[in-house]
Amino acid sequence: MTADSHNYILGYLLSVTLTLLAPVFLLVHEVTGHSLFAHTTLRVAFLALALVQLVVQLVFFLHIRGEKRPRWRFMTLVSTVLIVVIVVGGSLWIMENLDARMGSMSPDAMDAYMLDQE
Amino acid sequence: MNHDTMNIREEHMEERERASIASVGFWVYIMSDCLLFGSLFATFAVLEGNTFAGPALGKHFSLPFVLVETMLLLTSSVTAGFGLLAARRGARRHVLAWLFATFLLGAAFVALEIAEFRTLVLEGYGPSTSAALSSFFTLVGTHGLHVATGLLWMAVLMIYVVARGITGGALRRLTLFTLFWHFLDIVWIFIFTIVYLFNFI
Repeated sequence: MTADSHNYILGYLLSVTLTLLAPVFLLVHEVTGHSLFAHTTLRVAFLALALVQLVVQLVFFLHIRGEKRPRWRFMTLVSTVLIVVIVVGGSLWIMENLDARMGSMSPDAMDAYMLDQE
Repeated sequence: MNHDTMNIREEHMEERERASIASVGFWVYIMSDCLLFGSLFATFAVLEGNTFAGPALGKHFSLPFVLVETMLLLTSSVTAGFGLLAARRGARRHVLAWLFATFLLGAAFVALEIAEFRTLVLEGYGPSTSAALSSFFTLVGTHGLHVATGLLWMAVLMIYVVARGITGGALRRLTLFTLFWHFLDIVWIFIFTIVYLFNFI
């Protein structure tokens, strides 16, 4: 067994644990009659588990830490994450806002509103 | 030092340099693929509630089924890694065995996904039913298409290794393939969380 294969096995065990934690939370949530956790809490917890697993796989599978300088992979990764966060966060922000302002209108009311704005 | 060993050393350096440049270039492609998936995730997040008066998306999914899919892909990610380690040792038969295991796990994953899509379509919940289902099929289907492409790549790699052995070129291609395969597993973590887990709450 080399150090490299140890890394893969450790990364695998961590990933399996992180994957299984979320369904355990869901089961507890079901058993307690959906009262123990707020829905937002569960969503944030699941997203946090996914992000931790992202880091685990970057370190143990993609060996992002062992890169020689200049660290092109790391730098492109950081800029990609930034763009993805802006695209996903920005889309949700704008569309939720639009929905909150106009989502409850009927098509006729929408027509009237848009004519009024012209 | 005679000229022959000098030449071999230079060729070796050249091969390593080529491998390093290829791997950074391929990484940039993977990052651009991340942007593609990022926009598909944004679309899904915006549209997942718009089921056109149909049942909520979560009603279509089964947690044990998705967990099996997740474990298949995660395990295949590790077997691909072991294949790369075997290639670095020059153990050709081990490389082929690990690649074959990875292929089987990946194929099982794709088969399960096709089965899931088939059931949905047969029950009348195809991609044209609602905005939510359109975005679901596009996001999960694009990932599945990537995995299927990976299967094709793996088949070609296995033929290459059988025909030529573990050459510098084979090692380079295997390194790039492993990057791609790990990346697909990372995208799946987010599909598992955002598409499936969120809708089970």
